[in-house]
Formats: sequence, C-alpha cells, structure tokens
Amino acid sequence: MQTKRSIFTNRWLPYLLLGPQLAITLIFFIWPASQAVKSSFEREDPFGFRTTFIWLDNYTRILSDPSYLNALGRTAVFAVSVTLLSMGFALLLAVCVDRVLRTQRFYTTLLVWPYAVAPVVAGVLWWFMFNPTIGLLPHILDWFGMDWNHRVSGTQAMILITIAAAWKQISYNFLFFLAGLQSIPASLSEAASIDGAGPFKRFWTIVFPLLSPTTFFLLIININYVMFETFGVIDATTSGGPNQATMTLVYKVYTDGVIGLNIGSSSAQSVLLMGIVIVLTFIQFRYVERRVNY
Amino acid sequence: MVENRPFLDFLTHLVLIVGVLIVAFPVYIAFIASTHEPSAFVRGVMPLLPGDNLVQSYSTMLGEGHQIAGTPPVWLMLGNSLLMALIISVGKIAISITSAFAIVYFRFPFRTLAFWIIFVTLMLPVEVRIIPTYAVVANLDMLNSYAGLTLPLIASATATFLFRQFFMTVPEELMEAARVDGAGPMKFFKDILIPISITNIAALFVIMFIYGWIQYLWPLLITTQEQFYTIVMGIKRMLSLADREPEWNLVMATVILAMLPPVLVVLFMQRLFVKGLVESEK
Repeated sequence: MQTKRSIFTNRWLPYLLLGPQLAITLIFFIWPASQAVKSSFEREDPFGFRTTFIWLDNYTRILSDPSYLNALGRTAVFAVSVTLLSMGFALLLAVCVDRVLRTQRFYTTLLVWPYAVAPVVAGVLWWFMFNPTIGLLPHILDWFGMDWNHRVSGTQAMILITIAAAWKQISYNFLFFLAGLQSIPASLSEAASIDGAGPFKRFWTIVFPLLSPTTFFLLIININYVMFETFGVIDATTSGGPNQATMTLVYKVYTDGVIGLNIGSSSAQSVLLMGIVIVLTFIQFRYVERRVNY
Repeated sequence: MVENRPFLDFLTHLVLIVGVLIVAFPVYIAFIASTHEPSAFVRGVMPLLPGDNLVQSYSTMLGEGHQIAGTPPVWLMLGNSLLMALIISVGKIAISITSAFAIVYFRFPFRTLAFWIIFVTLMLPVEVRIIPTYAVVANLDMLNSYAGLTLPLIASATATFLFRQFFMTVPEELMEAARVDGAGPMKFFKDILIPISITNIAALFVIMFIYGWIQYLWPLLITTQEQFYTIVMGIKRMLSLADREPEWNLVMATVILAMLPPVLVVLFMQRLFVKGLVESEK
C-alpha cells in the first residue's frame, strides 16, 4: 500500500487516531455482518429456544424458492429500467446544459436539487400523482382509454416505482455527465466540425465514446442505488405488492426477516446480497479507478 | 459551440425547460395539495391551482402534528432529523479524517489490516445487514436513542478514502518543514492538514448531511417512541392510516417541510457539493 516518503514515528498515536473508526466499524459492521453469515447456516425453532446448524440448507431453499427467483428477476428488471431511464434523461439534459453557455448555472441549479430528496419522499410524490382515485396522471391516462390502478396491476406498480426511483436519481447522473462532458477538450469537437461533422455525428463518434468511463461508473452506482436505496420508494408506494409484483431483493430481506421473523432465510439472503455488492464494488475498482478509456 | 445554429439553440432550451418542468412538477403538485382543505380531495381529481388553506395546513403540522396518525409535531421531527444529520456528518468526518491521517502519515503494524477492515465497509449499505445490526444495537441498549440512530450509520468508508486521496496529494515538504520547525504530529494535523482540507471537509459535510437526513429504514426500525421520530419516517406513518385515505393536505405540507432543509443546503452549497460529489466518487 502506498504511503508517504517521510512519516511520523509515534508508536501509539496511530492506533489512537484509528481507534474510533475501527471500533464503530467492528461493532456495527463487521460483527453484524459475521452474525448474518453465521445465522445463514442455522435454523431457529419457532420459539427461539434452539438453533441448529444446517449447513447450506437455507441457501438451497432460497435458490430453489420461486418467490426468491422471481424477486431476483424483478430486481434485475427494475435496476435496468431505472438505470436506463434516469441515465438517458440525465445525459440528454447534461448535453443540453453543456451546449448553453450563458445560462449554464441557472439550469444546473434547477436540476440538481432532487439529489436532496429522500427516496421515501420521491415515492410519496409519485404515489400521490398516480393515486387511482384522485391522481392527476390516472385521470389523463383515462382520456386515452387506459385504466390505471397500481394496487391491482403488477406491471403498473412496477412502472410507478421505476418512475419514482428514476426521478430521484436524474440529478446525480446529470452532475456526473456534465462533469464528464466538460472535461472533454473543445478542440476535438472543433476539429471534427471543420471536417464537416454535424452536431449529432460529433456526439456519437467523439463525445459519447469519451464519456464511456463516466457512463460505466454511473452504471455501477445506479445499480447499487436501485438495489438498496430504493427501499423507501417501494415501502412508501407499493410495499412490495400487489401480489409481490414489486418485491425486490432488499425488500424481501426486510419482509422475511423483520416482519416474517424468518432469520435464517433472511440472513442467507443478506449474505447473497453482500456477495452481489462485493462483485459490483470489485468491478468498479478494477475498471473505474484505473479510468480505462475503451 | 463551434457553429451558429439558431434552431439547435432553440431546441436545446426547449428540452431543458421541459426537463426542468418534469423534474419540478411533482413538487409543485405537492405544494398545491398542501394549500387545500381536506375536502378538496374527496371530489375527484386533485386541484391544480392553490387553495386558501396554506397557513392552516402548515401551522397544524408544525404545532400539533398529525393527530389521527399519532405523529408528534413536525417541529420535533425536523429537530430530530437535523440532529441525526448533524451527528452523522460531523461524526463521519471526524473519525474519517483522523484515520486517514493515521494511514497516510504513519507506518505501524496492522496498518494494512486496518485499511482493509475499513475498506470492506465501502458501499455495503446498512440495508443488507439490517437484522443483525438491529440485534447489536438492541443488545447495547441503544434502541430509541440518538446513539442508536446514528452510530451504525457513521461506519462507512467513503469519507476515509476521500481524505486519504487528498492527503496523498499534499506535498511531502509541508510535513518535513513542520517537523524541522519542531511540530509534532498532532500540531501538524491541527495547524496545517485541517486548514488545507477545509474545502473537502465542507463538501463532504454537505453530502453526509443529506445522507443522514434522508435515512428511512434505520430510524423506522430503531425508534418506537414518538420523541425520536424523524421527519422522513414520520411521513410514512401519516400515510399508513388504517381504513381511511391519508389526509393529503397535511401529508403534503409535511413532505414540503421535509424536503426544504436538505434542498436548501444543496442549492446554497452547490459549488462545494458538486466538488465533493465528483471527488468522492471518482
């Protein structure tokens, strides 16, 4: 690991400085995480008197449970749609803001604030707009002959949480795309335009490829966001329903563990989730920290 | 831009205006809803223009709270959220800057191990280890306390990495000069390192403050007493009334009040916030 050439030589001071962070990490992080791993191999009897070690039973049971596999599939669909929607929209806005010179600050200010909105609040806002009895959007959809009720239709419930989750994430993606766009030297675009390339051709052949590290980074971050931070969005709007249509992996860990009190299964699910995050983190560090340019 | 294309300029502004409208529309609707009487929501579609119940809605929520849902006055919940966000942001910065200092400026046994222990926590959110963490907090008798609300969320590595990266770019001469002048490590830390990191600290503060403010699942699990409710989880309680429609005007007034502080922080600290965001994540 990298370090400074010249260093201080105190013996106890570094431990003192590291102490608080290590203590909190060990007590509230490493210890619970290892407990999760431990109880993912155990079964607790219904009264909580006895726990038996059952090897990988929890895992095999989860992985052969259709409701878990469905949740896995739905989480994937949810993650892909939120990521595409919010990144696409954010990129469009970033390209536009990058184009305007005088009003840049003004538009940026109007676009960054949803970053500070809590996911639950985003969920509540869209839930209200899509409320089947009083909501504005179902009313408009009604004109087009579409019947909106996300309490009945699983697809519509999924659309609702996708929109709410994507809405909140636009500002974050926008900021990174804008930073990425502004780090691309103007001379490249100028040279291309002298060669006769129009703005759209320039975007696809020069700007977009140069944005690929940013795009890749955002892809990982967004998948992480959708998997974990959207808990609030789902809890406020659909609570996983109707008929489990919006039950994502994290929401299932919560319902199985906190509400269903099925600790073994919930822990095994947690461990699988940690695995997914570790893989994502690894990919991020492997490719993004090195800032690969494809 | 390279060439002059009036039509494209027009199109750009059009896209941006539409984009801003889409982004802002839900909040506009929420504000409108908060200015109406409860009866406005039983007649059919939600209103699109302001009503005259604004003062009434907000003063009810700030003063008494939502009686039917049993939530305390919004003042109290705003205070709790503020306290929680402050403890988390200040706590995170304090423990991260000292540990980054230790990792960069000292060489000691188990340094790499310590680094990896902190590294593991990077990006693993509290949501995936929710039940065992809850058990730990319960065993430590920290349910319904500010310590229980905040300490588990302080354990994250992002800030440590940001400071570590920044310290690595600080010229070696600075520390050598300080040592020649007879300054010990703590004096160097306090008089040189902290002052030159002040922009990073401020930027990180904004990000962590918002992180603390928007927490939901953790406060929901850990607090059962009204006096510890945060505003974000309070909103959920107002929505889940048994057998009746939520009182939309009151809920939306609370939504607006819950959004206002963090959004203002982002808007006023925009430059710092963007700097912190782009630096900490990349």
